[in-house]
Amino acid sequence: MVERVYIFKRFERFWHWAQAALIMFLLLTGFEIHGTYSNFGFERAVEFHTIAAWSLVGLWTFAVFWHLTTGEWKQYIPTTQRVTEMVRFYAFGIFKGEAHPFKQTVLSKHNPLQRLAYLGVLLVMNPLIWTSGWFLLFYGSWASWGFPNLSLELVATAHVIGAFMILLFLIVHVYLTTTGHTPLAHIKAMITGWEEKH
Amino acid sequence: MLRTRSAVALFAGALLGAVLTVTNLAQATVAPQAKPSTTADHSKFKELQKQFKTGPEVTKACLVCHTEAAKQVHRTKHWTWEFINTEKNQKLGKKNVLNNFCISIPQNQQYCTNCHVGYGWKDKNFDFTSEENVDCLVCHDTTLTYVKQPGMAGHVVGEEMEFPKGSGKILKPINLSKIAQGVGKSSRETCGNCHFFGGGGDGVKHGDLDSSLFAPEKDVDVHMAVDGLNFNCGTCHQTSSHDVPGSRYTPTAKDKGGAQIRGKSEGENPATCVACHDTKPHKAEKSKHAARLNVHAEKLACQTCHIPAFARGGVATKMSWDWSTAGQMDAEGKPIVKKDDHGNTLYESRKGDFVVAENVKPEYYWFNGGITYTLLGDKIEKGDKPVGINKIEGSATDGKSMIWPFKVSRGKQPYDPENHTLITPHTTGPKSGGGYWTNYDWDRAARQGMADAGAPFSGKIDFVSTEMYWPIAHMVAPKDKSVGCAECHAKDGRLAGIKGIYIPGRDANPLIDKAAWLLALLTLLGVLGHAAIRIFASKKH
Repeated sequence: MVERVYIFKRFERFWHWAQAALIMFLLLTGFEIHGTYSNFGFERAVEFHTIAAWSLVGLWTFAVFWHLTTGEWKQYIPTTQRVTEMVRFYAFGIFKGEAHPFKQTVLSKHNPLQRLAYLGVLLVMNPLIWTSGWFLLFYGSWASWGFPNLSLELVATAHVIGAFMILLFLIVHVYLTTTGHTPLAHIKAMITGWEEKH
Repeated sequence: MLRTRSAVALFAGALLGAVLTVTNLAQATVAPQAKPSTTADHSKFKELQKQFKTGPEVTKACLVCHTEAAKQVHRTKHWTWEFINTEKNQKLGKKNVLNNFCISIPQNQQYCTNCHVGYGWKDKNFDFTSEENVDCLVCHDTTLTYVKQPGMAGHVVGEEMEFPKGSGKILKPINLSKIAQGVGKSSRETCGNCHFFGGGGDGVKHGDLDSSLFAPEKDVDVHMAVDGLNFNCGTCHQTSSHDVPGSRYTPTAKDKGGAQIRGKSEGENPATCVACHDTKPHKAEKSKHAARLNVHAEKLACQTCHIPAFARGGVATKMSWDWSTAGQMDAEGKPIVKKDDHGNTLYESRKGDFVVAENVKPEYYWFNGGITYTLLGDKIEKGDKPVGINKIEGSATDGKSMIWPFKVSRGKQPYDPENHTLITPHTTGPKSGGGYWTNYDWDRAARQGMADAGAPFSGKIDFVSTEMYWPIAHMVAPKDKSVGCAECHAKDGRLAGIKGIYIPGRDANPLIDKAAWLLALLTLLGVLGHAAIRIFASKKH
């Protein structure tokens, strides 16, 4: 019998997948607004992008509340311990079939590299995409907010840079889900909440 | 007549009574009469109860009561055909400017002044102080029977006459006393009879003004629609003291005044969109993008989105007139006329080649209302770029400009390659007069036209490409037919040529885009490579 740990709570799993869907939809509609390709048409792309953005705002309101009340926010406190080990594992160990150097527990579900990555998300990516996005949502109010001369080009470009960062994050994040003891182990855990211990 | 009508009404009432209730019957038979819009019935005026033989006779009768009317008209562009643009220090007005259609007026007065609000302007000796020569009826006729005869310098036919003299053609008179007794406010018909036919034919010049506006459907003009708001020209061009507001020489490109309020809007142009719709015209209850669109309205003229195309009423407008090909004759030496399937002229020996079009997407430019004309005598150079008969000014940064839709009429017209000036040829008139349209002789037409204008002429004639800008402001479409977002928010959209603003969907920082996509690709290749090594390594174990 394989030992199992209940890592991801029900809300956490809902948050994760809802957010995943919204972010991918935002990327799709966002790049259409950017003029990269055409699918919904500009007007509907803007409308859908706006709806998805507000949905994400709503989701985040709950997520922030949940993290604060459950104390789960501590999971994101960064650490530099054993980072080198992690890097060495992904660069070499993984190919030799070595065991993952990090053991997930309920109290510590993110490995040190993950913690650093999420710190980057919180400190760079989110402020960039949300600040610029918030301004774009309220494009009509810049003057009344005291920014009559704010350049749309600047704000839009910042938003695009943010979007590309999210795209890069997404690629790496999705790939790293396959690095569990089986390729689908992490994804299974994110669906059921249970991670098998090996 | 009156008795027959009431009898019919009674009969109809009786019929209705059979099916309707008594109350309904009462309503049907005692329908209130429409209030007359004026307090004077001109048919009751003694001054007008006589036979008039000429236009000026009618005017004299008008002036008995309307003592100041002619003086008011004397001050207007409609009378002087002159406008001084103090900002550009240019003497403009119909009398002075050139265009790239029939080119100019002074040499062809007898014909062109058919649209003058006066009688008898046949040459430069016309008396602009004459009150009786003001034509009241051309704007105030309500019978739609008032016609000014081409070639008669604005005069009307009050008595049967032969015209032109010796031609044997007999012109029937119009009933001036009936017309005089029926006068009223100006209408789409009175304005349109000249303004819809600018450039010498229906819809030729402006593109957003043509005969379809006499009785348009909503799709053609949402304000003037006969099945809708039914505006006439004066509803927007609200006139007092005979001063008709709205200028093509100094247009209001950006109206910052907001909606006009009585007592607070003295001297503001009442003909702008903003004069009624205000500067934040999109309301949240009617549009899901109201706030965003109101920001658009800070940079885009209303017309840019709300007039998706001009010449939408089934009348083609002239987009290009190439005078340089005029004068070709058929095998028998006779003039040629070529027409398209809709009857639009495409070539005429008298005039050259035309390009006509319907449903034309406008061109878009920043415009701050500043227009400079190339006048007769101004130096021009024949080069790669066409000569601007008028040049519009504007930019993204001057704070006064909006993005405006334009009809740009292009063509080739005669110029003097030695003096580097445009030429105003004599075109109209009888063969003896030397006009190009009867003689097909450029030299003679130019020599005479330039002499009439008092301008030097070297004797050499060449043709130069020109262009002329006409801001589009009429034929506002219903809101569901306005220009959609994607028509500009796209790489090759309507605003592809507009500089100085960032348009999402059109613009992107190419460097950031390229670098970021490359990085994304490398990341993808990186993880795929990592995966490949993992698979390979696991097989080895």
